[in-house]
Amino acid sequence: MAGDAGRGGSSRVKFDRFARRKLVNRIITVLAGLAVIAALYPLVDLVYTALVQGGGVLFQLTFLTARNPTPCSVVSCATVGIGPTIEGSAILVGLASLISVPVGVLAAIFASEYRTRGIGRVVSFTADVLSGVPSILMGAFVYGYLVLEYPNLVESVISGSLALAAIMIPIITRTTEEALRTVPDATREAAIALGIAKWKMSLRIVLISALPGVVTGVLLAVMRAAGEAAPLILLTGFSTNWYTRPDLPVGSLPVLIYTYALQPYSNWHAVAWGATLFLLIAILVVNVLSRYTIQRMVTKMSGGS
Amino acid sequence: MESPTPSPTSSHQSPLARRVRRWPDQLFFAIILAFAILVVAVAFAIVGILAYNSQQSFRVFGWQFFISSNWSPNGQVFGALPFIVGTLLTSAIALLIAVPLSLGTAIFITTQAPRILRTPLGTAVELLAAVPSVIYGFWGVYVVHPFMRATVEPVLHEYLGFTGLFGPPGGSGDVLTASVILAVMIVPTISAVSRDTMAAVPAAQTEAALSLGATDWETTRVATIPFARSGIIGGIILGLGRAIGETMAVTMTIGNVDRVPDSLLGPGQTIASLIANELLSNTGPLQISAILECGLVLLLISLMVNVVARLLVWRATRGVGGRVV
Amino acid sequence: MESVKLRADHLTAFYGGKPAIQDISLEFPDRKVTAIIGPSGCGKSTLIRCLNRLHETAPRTRVEGKVLLDDEDIYQLDPVRVRRRIGMVFQKPNPFVTMSIYDNVSAAMRFNGRHTREELDHAVVHSLQQSALWEEVKDRVDAPATSLSGGQQQRLCIARALAADPEVLLMDEPCSALDPIATAKIEELVGRLKTDYTVVIVTHNMQQAARVADYTAFLYLGKLIEFGPTEDLFERPKEKLTESYITGRFG
Repeated sequence: MAGDAGRGGSSRVKFDRFARRKLVNRIITVLAGLAVIAALYPLVDLVYTALVQGGGVLFQLTFLTARNPTPCSVVSCATVGIGPTIEGSAILVGLASLISVPVGVLAAIFASEYRTRGIGRVVSFTADVLSGVPSILMGAFVYGYLVLEYPNLVESVISGSLALAAIMIPIITRTTEEALRTVPDATREAAIALGIAKWKMSLRIVLISALPGVVTGVLLAVMRAAGEAAPLILLTGFSTNWYTRPDLPVGSLPVLIYTYALQPYSNWHAVAWGATLFLLIAILVVNVLSRYTIQRMVTKMSGGS
Repeated sequence: MESPTPSPTSSHQSPLARRVRRWPDQLFFAIILAFAILVVAVAFAIVGILAYNSQQSFRVFGWQFFISSNWSPNGQVFGALPFIVGTLLTSAIALLIAVPLSLGTAIFITTQAPRILRTPLGTAVELLAAVPSVIYGFWGVYVVHPFMRATVEPVLHEYLGFTGLFGPPGGSGDVLTASVILAVMIVPTISAVSRDTMAAVPAAQTEAALSLGATDWETTRVATIPFARSGIIGGIILGLGRAIGETMAVTMTIGNVDRVPDSLLGPGQTIASLIANELLSNTGPLQISAILECGLVLLLISLMVNVVARLLVWRATRGVGGRVV
Repeated sequence: MESVKLRADHLTAFYGGKPAIQDISLEFPDRKVTAIIGPSGCGKSTLIRCLNRLHETAPRTRVEGKVLLDDEDIYQLDPVRVRRRIGMVFQKPNPFVTMSIYDNVSAAMRFNGRHTREELDHAVVHSLQQSALWEEVKDRVDAPATSLSGGQQQRLCIARALAADPEVLLMDEPCSALDPIATAKIEELVGRLKTDYTVVIVTHNMQQAARVADYTAFLYLGKLIEFGPTEDLFERPKEKLTESYITGRFG
């Protein structure tokens, strides 16, 4: 007869096995739960450390506005401020976005709307592959190029922005392409049937209906660039001055954190933790905001259309 | 040039009207084509420039470069082995730690957790991925490294030292600490992809198992995981790809010593951390060339790993809602 | 009177807040075939999925009432045990795609711990014989399950369900994805299965119910309209609604 015990069969055997199976199930649940705790604990610990170590520093208002002395003296960081550093980060990421958003979005439009042509798929594949390139190599590649052609630009705002743009472009291209793909073909066909020019259709209609996804992708890329230190260490370097010219170095939050973290003095560390906390909060806020506002955009658009 | 879908109204217009209407489309096409080509060009440029800059080093050291462990800027002799070993070692240990954690997390979130908890838990794990590498590095230097040195490593050296893997802890950083931080960083990658592929398993398969009287774990083991297997492996390889390229967290915790590590508790160097450390403070063009040649190696390994990973992941989720990780 | 194997007692089931079946009380006689018929959307699938506690595995579902298996309420028992005793065959054949024919059939036994190779072999052969598939696959039991045709896959699923040694076999429109020849094979199979198992079969095909079932229940808009021996229901329906459905006036 099939089955381990048959219907009227040895009920004790059946019970033992059943109990064991339930036990295994329970154990797996516990182990999996422990895995979640182990995975999330670092995040909790990190945020807690940043709050404890950086909170005091961050909440002095001067921290954000004053210029830090060059550099923070061994004894005192009393008048230290990360204002110039925040400005530097903003300029680097802003310039990088100015370059990468048009390139990424337009390349994605090409890949998605002209998908049937071979090169559309090549672009898609390339963007995919590029997004896996380590950011230090993006820095090394810009370095390698500038060192040959424009050596005086190696340590500048421009070089850093180029490297950040190289990191952002694949992210924007991929997310935009995916967002465009979710727009149903029926929308495009309706537009063509109405006699709307293809370029208008792509931009005004398809892109706009995919906008929430595109914006999410851009924000994702911006957050990524805002946290990148590796290429900037090679290129823009670090400075505690406010921004003056694009061919000069400028400070940035990630590089400040790196530089000050490795100093042996605890007041430098405090500054680094303050900057860490600031960066974490900024990234967290953008992350949560983008989820929330994108949702609102989506419901508003589907309600209206 | 023709547009891919002809306008159905074009036949009703005069030739002049048709020509006037076409040029914005052509201009638009030209622009987006230019940017598309730019993206592809960037990819070629990266490989090209790194290769170009590696020439000098390759001419001097040849193929020996990849198996020589002698890296001495003073003697102007360079070999890449310490960094290749460092990269592979840290990534391997990171995977060893991260894979069970990620799979456990994925299993818990998709099958065990009550439905309301699923999104918040998933979001929390994804937030791990949003933290910048330099912040992980800072935390590593400040919290993890002292903890490892004070608590974990002495124990490992004491009890497992006989294996030869766990020599006396030393250096300003070590391979094990760097690997642990890497593991923390790649868990969200592997977990997210695993969750996606597991969620894509058709209900028909899991219901088949349930209807045979399987427990939740048995259903996961028999129906979900085998079906999602190639995607899960793709996720693991994606995590590997991330690990081999990580720079900041590694360079801050690995000790920065240009030798093949003789113990997991001693310092080392990966290709990424080498570039971050020595590209600027170098002893001349030969060293730069050697460093960039290592960079080229990293690039090629990284590209290969990522291509394989994405193929696997795409196949497993059948292109359905791929996520940007 | 027939002894009753399975009984639904004031069973109501919800999908996202709305009741899909309401207050259904129904008896399934032991070792007989009972068919559940009705127009689409009448709740027949929901009802049968409540009988093996599969309905509750979907999100936002709720069940009220009882289902008694030999006078024990299955909703008070462990669902894993319940589903071992009440097996199910689905509308679309769903063999485990990563497994061979052999592994599919032996799956339930392998859940339940160690068996010798002989025990598994014996069980697999027996189940495949019971579902009339053995002759066709006996020299390729290690082939992937997906290499079989639709009709064969469904018989494989039946074998798989039988190998778990259930007391009741639930069949949710098992032939709707199959061609007439495969359908005929399975109908014949059902006729033979009832000597050992209580069978409940959901079908949208009235002629099928008339062919295979000893008893028939007619559902409409989530409520049980009529239940009785098949012949009585079809030839002398008591409810007007039943009569309208049977004579093809709707659904």
